[in-house]
Amino acid sequence: MEFFEINVNNKIHQVEADPSTPLLWIIRENLSLVGTKYGCGISQCGACTVHLNGEAIRSCVYPVSAVGKQKITTIEGLSKDGEYSYVQEAWINEDVSQCGYCQAGQIMSATALLEKSSDPPDDEIDIAMSGNICRCGTYTRIKKAIKSASSNKKSNGNY
Amino acid sequence: MEIINTKIGRRSFLKTSGAIGGGLLVGFNWLLSCKDLISKKPLDSIPKEWFKINGYIRIDQNGMVTILSPNPEIGQNVMTSMPMIVAEELDTRWENVTVKQGKLDGDSFKNPQFAGGSLSIKKGWDPLRIAGAAGRYMLIKAASKELDIPYENLITDKGIIFDKSKKIKIDYGKVASKAVHIKVPEDLKLKSPEKYTIIGTSQRNVEGPKIVKGESLFGIDFQAENMLISMIEHPPAFGMRIESFNKDEIIDMPGVIDAFVIDTSTPNPSWAEVNAFKEIIAIVGNKTWDVMQAKKKLKVNWVKIDNLEDSEDHRLRLEKDLLYGTTTEKRLDGDPDIVLKNATKTLERTYSCPFIAHNTLEPMNFFANVQENSVELIGPIQTPKTLESSVSSLLGIPAENIEVKMTRIGGGFGRRLYVHFGLEAAMISKKIGAPVKLLYKREDDLTQGIYRPAYKSVYKAAFNKKNELTAFSVKGVGLPSGPVFPNRFPAGSIDHYLAENKSSSTNISTGAWRAPKSNFTAGAEQSFIDEIAEICEKDPIDFRLELLKKSIQSPSGKKFDYDPKRFIKVLELVREKSSWNSGNKYKGVASYFCHSTYVAEVIEMVMVQNQPKIKNVWCAVDCGIVINKDSAKNMIEGSIIDGIGHALYSELNFKDGRVINNNFDKYNLIRFNQAPSKINVFFVENNLSPTGLGEPGLPPAIGALANSLYRITGKRFYSQPFFSKENLFSS
Repeated sequence: MEFFEINVNNKIHQVEADPSTPLLWIIRENLSLVGTKYGCGISQCGACTVHLNGEAIRSCVYPVSAVGKQKITTIEGLSKDGEYSYVQEAWINEDVSQCGYCQAGQIMSATALLEKSSDPPDDEIDIAMSGNICRCGTYTRIKKAIKSASSNKKSNGNY
Repeated sequence: MEIINTKIGRRSFLKTSGAIGGGLLVGFNWLLSCKDLISKKPLDSIPKEWFKINGYIRIDQNGMVTILSPNPEIGQNVMTSMPMIVAEELDTRWENVTVKQGKLDGDSFKNPQFAGGSLSIKKGWDPLRIAGAAGRYMLIKAASKELDIPYENLITDKGIIFDKSKKIKIDYGKVASKAVHIKVPEDLKLKSPEKYTIIGTSQRNVEGPKIVKGESLFGIDFQAENMLISMIEHPPAFGMRIESFNKDEIIDMPGVIDAFVIDTSTPNPSWAEVNAFKEIIAIVGNKTWDVMQAKKKLKVNWVKIDNLEDSEDHRLRLEKDLLYGTTTEKRLDGDPDIVLKNATKTLERTYSCPFIAHNTLEPMNFFANVQENSVELIGPIQTPKTLESSVSSLLGIPAENIEVKMTRIGGGFGRRLYVHFGLEAAMISKKIGAPVKLLYKREDDLTQGIYRPAYKSVYKAAFNKKNELTAFSVKGVGLPSGPVFPNRFPAGSIDHYLAENKSSSTNISTGAWRAPKSNFTAGAEQSFIDEIAEICEKDPIDFRLELLKKSIQSPSGKKFDYDPKRFIKVLELVREKSSWNSGNKYKGVASYFCHSTYVAEVIEMVMVQNQPKIKNVWCAVDCGIVINKDSAKNMIEGSIIDGIGHALYSELNFKDGRVINNNFDKYNLIRFNQAPSKINVFFVENNLSPTGLGEPGLPPAIGALANSLYRITGKRFYSQPFFSKENLFSS
């Protein structure tokens, strides 16, 4: 067991864990932030997607020991002061969710994409989103939500 | 107006409920009223006291309404649609409603608390309307006393009670405390559908905001004080059982508290206990990662107790039993054998599909806290009542001492009809003497499933000199039972007709997977009918319509299971909406009736870089009254993608009794870039009682897919998954 200081959602947390522990379990069990989900444990489904310095990564295979000073953002960190982010708002407006289990991961992947490319073409959306499985098949709505988030961002612009 | 009797079986609304004690409902999120979904602003005031009108309804002094949603929420959005039905008959504003998940409680809820078979809305329709109408009746009665105006002279409008001149009015909230003791009469008036203001609108998922914020909703998220974490290890192959394991070594691992073998066999197992492995190893610890590490260090002596089956064995067994298996069901009209023998032309095609797993994205899990004579069970379950009785039987604790609470469920598709993970959690909690959350690793989830069986069916058709269809036969077999519905379409539309099911055997555990049997048969039958239409030189939709008209005008044989008129309507609607007769010709059609709902779908393909890609899907649905329109569309969109995805990509294979495709690197599920660009859903408008939507959108998608693939590739697809074996689109 070792001690780690990690920055999650702009807050420094001290955790004691085995260095090999994936960030996913640190976030869920040490920090009690349960929005980040376990789906496969081998970076194939995207349910565990978080941001590492703004990049979408799969936290189920990212060891806590590799985080260092880098900034982690989870789904809980997207909404500031109880407000929804523009991507979350688009998800609500398009009523995307069915079971909802994958949607935090989908939103994290979509947010990372839109922060880099404010009006991504379809093939760019395909590449960014194909690592996130939605077992309920809400893909057409996810696409609509990304497009509407993209146009909302152009008119408002907030994270 | 409809008069309805309020007695539902032995369950009655007649008894008065009495007010609940003052104070707030525990675990209640005030930011989640339906008003908040629209305005995103918190409520004006937090209610001080709720008055229990009946099992479903609570009203506070300001007229805020809490509706308890009785059924498990697996993504079919009943947590929004069921309360909409109650709110409609109660005649309140949807903006004033807050929804809360109800627990298993047969005294409060008069509809079956069950998610499966697309039955929640169908079975809930009367009880939910009665709950709302009874509440409205009680409030008017109380107002009648309060205002000294006869009941008959009072009307309601969105949470306010008026006299007929609309000069005097009083809010629901003002009379709620007095309404609680009012007796409900035996007969109640219900609204006529043309008066609906909530049913038929589009209301957003009441938990949508919580989902996008990543709040704790699911079973896997549940936490309790002193809760331990547990994982299991089951035999690596069907046909094996545990002999012994390196317990001492495991217990010494960091963070591990105990490890032991549990047995969840019950004296009289229900249909929901068909899982293969009753004896499994449980490891208990403080943290998931510690327990996962310990799992890796397990050294187990497994012993073979039965055949270790391979996919090749399954294929051969299906082939053999399709010819020689025992017939379990049969419909015979006329003499198809003779007609086939003497036909000018015949067509024979064999269709097959592999085992598939449910793969709910939230793996199996459950929380259990077993005390000496009481049990608390919290988690994702489609059949809470069945779980309660199975745990009662397993632990010898009476059902009335068992509390079952349902969390939001990260996918069901039939997988969580089966209760073994709840029994396992209970047994582990009992052994360790502490509250425990059991979690399956994905590999555990995928390799001890209750799978969709592998099926094989052979279809035959006979034609005369004029290329007219004269006989039709289908024989189907599955591991272990056949997929044919002998009395469904095209039964009744062809004079010489045979439909027969044959049984086979396997030791792989199988069960209900979204639209059981239909999920294979619709694709096979609708592809075959497409080939028949081609031989008959008929347009595929015209040909189906001709068959259906024959079922109306001169039906053959005994009764059949469908209403041809409703079938015709969805086909005509999809023909119109898809512009079937114009534009792009790479379109395939299919129509199917299951779970009391009629669906017709058209899929349109385009070539993109020499690969066929689905551009558009049109879908026409007759499910009677639609409760929540946009959400109903969402359900259909998802079921189409689900059907297409599994037919194209998914398969579960076995080697020596072991599942080969044990995680998503080896098991293909449809992904974002493979989904159709656009899905257009249309509903037939009528005032028939609503039926379910969770399943019926899926089966015809596979037929429309196969037929549209034929249009664009010139190739017929008989064996699922289409893209694994044909390797057509592999990149």
